[in-house]
Amino acid sequence: MVLALLTAALMAATLAAFVVVPPAIARFQLRRKQRVEASPQAFDPGRERRAEQRARQLLRSCVNDVEWAMYRDLGFIRVDGRRLPDAPGDEEALAPYAYLIYPHKPIVAYVPESGRLLSEYCVEFPDLTGGGRTRLPASDDVLAKWMAITSDEARVIGRANMHLVGRQHDPGHVRRDIWRLSEWERLGAGDIGARAA
Amino acid sequence: MKPGHGEILLAEGDPQVREDEQLLIEEFRRQLDEGMWAAVPTERPGSGRREAQMVRDYGDIPSEAQRVIFFPRASGG
Repeated sequence: MVLALLTAALMAATLAAFVVVPPAIARFQLRRKQRVEASPQAFDPGRERRAEQRARQLLRSCVNDVEWAMYRDLGFIRVDGRRLPDAPGDEEALAPYAYLIYPHKPIVAYVPESGRLLSEYCVEFPDLTGGGRTRLPASDDVLAKWMAITSDEARVIGRANMHLVGRQHDPGHVRRDIWRLSEWERLGAGDIGARAA
Repeated sequence: MKPGHGEILLAEGDPQVREDEQLLIEEFRRQLDEGMWAAVPTERPGSGRREAQMVRDYGDIPSEAQRVIFFPRASGG
């Protein structure tokens, strides 16, 4: 009697497995499909290049001719510091410091008068919709930093992680960039506007 | 500006036309709700110095602005 009950229970369990397993497989397939759909787009060099070309055009349309030529020739843009709210003064007067804006690298603050490096500000513009797996094209990253610095310096600096120069930037490289910038300006940045137009 | 894509046209229209303006307002709010920052490139009269102006409300957009650029919020990297 007990053996018959055990056999019946085993058969019932086997039949139940056939009923339960297909939905489980379906759920697994669904989860797998969702994972595939959620995965980042495959790298497409053509799409990336077109995005960067559009980004360069947008950057060029926003910054002035000298800044554009600087980015085109040197790969970064210098932006004069604005006076922060805790350092009131003439709004038109330039602050004694400036920033170097690099694509996908921290913003560097330095003193143009002496060339002294002050600090680097690590700031990113993460993808809010795609889980942070993609990033802006290089020129869009520069434009985003430029807009953030020129519109609300205190806010973007407040959000950035500040370090001494050397954490992500090579200080020697930055000093060379400052020298390249001074040479670039000495050799005719004043004519840039006409050439860039 | 959209990561992985670059510049994308979200909406365009004449703010003087009621239907267009409604479309622009809705898109503006949608972008800010998604956590984007909005800025308008401007030029200081006289100095020629270019800069951006952050806008947090549709009404803050300068009347002469030709475009508003949305970009992801800055965060410490």
